[in-house]
Amino acid sequence: MDYHILREFADSWVLLAMFVFFLGVVIWAFRPGSRKEHRDTADIIFRHEDKPAEKEART
Amino acid sequence: MWNYIKLAVLGVAVILFGLAANYGRDFAYQVHALIFMAAAAITFIYTLRTTGDVKPKPEGYFDGVVRAGVIATAAWGVVGFLAGTYIAFQLAFPQLNFEFLQGYGNFGRLRPLHTSAVIFAFGGNALIATSFYVVQRTSAARLWGGGLGWFVFWGYNLFIVLAATGYLMGVTQSKEYAEPEWYIDLWLTIVWVAYLVAFMGTIFMRKEKHIYVANWFYLSFIITIAMLHIVNNLAIPISILGSRSVMVMSGVQDAMTQWWYGHNAVGFFLTAGFLGMMYYFVPKQAERPVFSYKLSIIHFWALIFIYIWAGPHHLHYTALPDWASTLGMVFSVILWMPSWGGMINGLMTLSGAWDKLRTDPVIRMMVISVGFYGMSTFEGPMMSIRAVNSLSHYTDWTIGHVHSGALGWNGMITFGALYYLVPALWNRQRLYSLGLVSWHFWLATIGIVLYAASMWVTGIMEGLMWREVDSQGFLVNAFADTVSAKHPMYVVRALGGVLYLTGAIIMCYNLVMTVRRSPVKADVAAAVPAE
Repeated sequence: MDYHILREFADSWVLLAMFVFFLGVVIWAFRPGSRKEHRDTADIIFRHEDKPAEKEART
Repeated sequence: MWNYIKLAVLGVAVILFGLAANYGRDFAYQVHALIFMAAAAITFIYTLRTTGDVKPKPEGYFDGVVRAGVIATAAWGVVGFLAGTYIAFQLAFPQLNFEFLQGYGNFGRLRPLHTSAVIFAFGGNALIATSFYVVQRTSAARLWGGGLGWFVFWGYNLFIVLAATGYLMGVTQSKEYAEPEWYIDLWLTIVWVAYLVAFMGTIFMRKEKHIYVANWFYLSFIITIAMLHIVNNLAIPISILGSRSVMVMSGVQDAMTQWWYGHNAVGFFLTAGFLGMMYYFVPKQAERPVFSYKLSIIHFWALIFIYIWAGPHHLHYTALPDWASTLGMVFSVILWMPSWGGMINGLMTLSGAWDKLRTDPVIRMMVISVGFYGMSTFEGPMMSIRAVNSLSHYTDWTIGHVHSGALGWNGMITFGALYYLVPALWNRQRLYSLGLVSWHFWLATIGIVLYAASMWVTGIMEGLMWREVDSQGFLVNAFADTVSAKHPMYVVRALGGVLYLTGAIIMCYNLVMTVRRSPVKADVAAAVPAE
């Protein structure tokens, strides 16, 4: 076995898998209902400036 | 109990390093064994003296290590800029390679000292300090691992001292940006794993539902650097008591591994990590959330998927197969898109608050840093194209490109973060002087412009001179002709360095005076422990 087998695997199936994963990420980012969640996440930096949260804010 | 284990381990370490210093086969190795021994002995004494102390349960954020990191960043920054300015003068005036410093203070020894001091000491301490600050605030949780943060800080700075002293004594494995020898690499691996554990632990303990985007960038930086560091430093020491080693890979495989490492050190150390900084400190200083959170997600995934392939563009016209260098070139060009997506996201965060550019010199610093990011991520893909590279490679253009990225993007965003962090960490109402921030801003900006412009001129000039042939097909210029033609531009470049260094010294003065003179923030006066 030489490295060409790995190379051919990398520039066919692995390339396709990574590209599909990336497209999935983009579609996931634009899924319905993501706007509200993203707005909330973007505001994380303005909470808990001085001390850690007392209890779970996770829901 | 834990302290007794620590004492036992440290005591054994002191003895072993003492033995290594005694039996070491070369001088540099012995010096390094003594440095290791001193570090272990100091930690031993500190642990001994604090064993049995009743410590109050730590509350609030773990900011002591961030404060130490801020001080280290500013101090190493001045050291690194000073070294760079000095070697710039050495290139313009070779007499500065003094005879009495031969073998320690000549250009070849000081150059890796400069690159590692700015990238790993200044940049690395900035990344560790800001990542610890950001991950705690955005996770609403204290840094995980008790004193692990302190181990990361001191361990990393021990690595810097070992690397820097090693360069002066000629301990190098001759891999650019990965010069430290095997035992220093092993030490950094241990520290880096501790860093990953502290960072991940904090994210696991987070009280927020989502992981803020800055943490994604920091995490990709930590994980990728671990991978790059281990693979590129695979070496077999000649002796366990000597500083020399032999690389496992050789020839073109070694070259490809080196530039896979080298370019991803740019991509993940100097880009992804610093983008984490951008995604926290720019919105904080502008007091508005990031322009588009969706864009930041796409920015992240596109950047990490593409950057990892760009390395082969350092090896055009070499023994590397053409398909591999074409692959690197194509991915470098594609990389332009996520880079500019990120730049737009950072700049547009100010939309609706552009007036802050006029009133707040700190935000001005952050904005010009993002501007330089955009400029160097346009220049880089262009230089990676094979035809352009045939002119630019091995010339000063490359050095100019690196510095517009490093001084402009990494330096300026770090200065912005330091100006934000010092009042926040030392509980001050504001900076000592905004006027001095403006001075720093203009000195640094003009310094970078002098640097980049002179390197464009000299780089393209020497590229053209090297390839110039007369009607008979003979080369027109000798190498020494290019050297003498470059002299004026080298002086301009060194002066640019002087301006940049002056700005950094002004910053240090301003930050010290902020801690000493600025009025204390009144409302949370009770909450600051003096750790």
